[in-house]
Amino acid sequence: MTDERTLDLLEAKIGELRQLNAVEGIDLSKEIARLEEKLQHLREKLYANLSDWERVKLARNPKRPYSLDYLETVFEGFYELRGDRVTGDDRALLTGLARLDGRPVVILAQQKGRTTEENKERFFGMPRPQGFRKARRAIELADRFGFPLISLIDTPGAYPGLEAEEQNIGATIAESLQAMAGVRVPTVAVVIGEGGSGGALAIGLADCILMLENAIFSVITPEGAASILWKDKDKAKEAAAALQMTADRLLTLGLIDGIVPEPLGGAHKDPAKTEAALKGEILRRLAELEAAPTDERLARRYARYRAIGRFRPAPPAPATDAPEPPAADATAPSVAR
Amino acid sequence: MSLFKERQYLRIRVDREADDSLWMKCKSCGELVFKRRVRENNNVCPNCGEYFFLTAQERIDSLLDPGSFENLTEPIVTDDPLGFVDNQPYSDRLREAQQKTDLLDAILIGRGAIHGIPVVLGAMDFRFIGGTMGSVMGEHVCRAMETAVAERRAFVLVSSSGGARIQEGVFSLLQMAKTVTVRRRLASAGLPFISVMTYPTSGGVQASIASLGDILIAEKGALIGFAGRRVIQQTISEELPQHFQTETFALERGQIDRVVRREELRDELALALGFFAGAR
Repeated sequence: MTDERTLDLLEAKIGELRQLNAVEGIDLSKEIARLEEKLQHLREKLYANLSDWERVKLARNPKRPYSLDYLETVFEGFYELRGDRVTGDDRALLTGLARLDGRPVVILAQQKGRTTEENKERFFGMPRPQGFRKARRAIELADRFGFPLISLIDTPGAYPGLEAEEQNIGATIAESLQAMAGVRVPTVAVVIGEGGSGGALAIGLADCILMLENAIFSVITPEGAASILWKDKDKAKEAAAALQMTADRLLTLGLIDGIVPEPLGGAHKDPAKTEAALKGEILRRLAELEAAPTDERLARRYARYRAIGRFRPAPPAPATDAPEPPAADATAPSVAR
Repeated sequence: MSLFKERQYLRIRVDREADDSLWMKCKSCGELVFKRRVRENNNVCPNCGEYFFLTAQERIDSLLDPGSFENLTEPIVTDDPLGFVDNQPYSDRLREAQQKTDLLDAILIGRGAIHGIPVVLGAMDFRFIGGTMGSVMGEHVCRAMETAVAERRAFVLVSSSGGARIQEGVFSLLQMAKTVTVRRRLASAGLPFISVMTYPTSGGVQASIASLGDILIAEKGALIGFAGRRVIQQTISEELPQHFQTETFALERGQIDRVVRREELRDELALALGFFAGAR
């Protein structure tokens, strides 16, 4: 099966031919057109049959637009607010004010780095306690002034480290969740790349959860699941499929509200197109949310999260020789003693 | 997120011993101890004081006034929404856990009283897939809190969990959102929530409901943290302190309010709850 790299190579070759065509005056336009058609065909075939693991790699592709790219194009005038007021500033989770179609919104955005240097500063997009504390601050700001809250999610997960544990990273996630659950303004969260576990959810408990077409959202990385459940790090592919972390699966499972389409080959193949689609979708969802009175919107949010989970009545216990008598008190189901 | 199923954290569990053997060996001090004495002693080694896991039922019995427990755990089981299979189908793991524990999932909830103070109590059971939180646990935690609100009782949750249950994928992850959302009802109703953290309170459970108590009490011997020791060591090559993520570590860093010995937990809860009786 042709992979992304081969297609990119072919694309580069077509570019060279085009240059030959222009500079040397050799007429290759027919050949170029034929190759382009072939490329398009191969790409369609490749992306129509992406495995879950390939999707994971695509979601993590550093060529994809990151939060800061969207902040420049989907929003206007991002005005960053830094610092958690306690220990520092987190460069993996950015907060601030921006305008969306002219109106102020509050932004929570996870940001990965593209270079080694930048990743050192941004901890590969893994927020630390100072990031979640800062998020909580921003959520409270949105609440106070009635600004809608937009989250851009792109993280492998919360940062696992000694200092993070010393500063109680788990509790900072819990408190960010609590703030998201209670904020009275409309909230829209978009997974733009990697939605890694609690670190992603901390800013993702929203009225509306969207995912870009090739984004992933999961309780654990496929590598982590492979090592814990399969006891074999090389089973990440199997884990990726089993975890059902792709946008289309999660939409089918009813866990997200919508998918923002990406151009063929991924968001990075045509960033402008992705940005336009994302902006349109956020605006549409926001308008929908704002059409409802606040109390109704909050009641809907409550009902949505209250209802999450899949369970069914236990099948009647098979007859056993257990000496225990059945529960005498019918009001206290003694399914588990 | 249940990253804590690593051997160095696992301690001996009473139920692992063949049920007909009268004696067990404490893995901490190596002493052969009479099993019934261990049970009567709250699963604390009578010789060295090492704590063994309490099952959910044992935990409930150790905390509530005798005879006051009314089980509110609904007979529901997870739907296995992903049809999850690793080296073994999730449905098989569930069946094994159910047979081993006589539970349908990793939590029991119910009404009861502690020194006469009415509470709704939830207790997790680590034997059941590491006490992990999936759809069923999330639902029970919420129902427990809703009962507390409806009947104006305090809520006490005793955590013993490795975190979110991987096999239910994002359904498990979102139980964090679900429990946190419902927790707000207790707060609006002015009802106290005491979160008791035991060995272990970690991952998605620590990063949601367990950290949101009005009062956080750690049982001596608890493990409290988000990411597991092994995961951290894989990420950073830094040495971790000996007492990393112990109750002392948590107390020193201001992460919890109090550390309490298992034998004193019941009295401690009554004492703490007593302050809120007037408020309710």
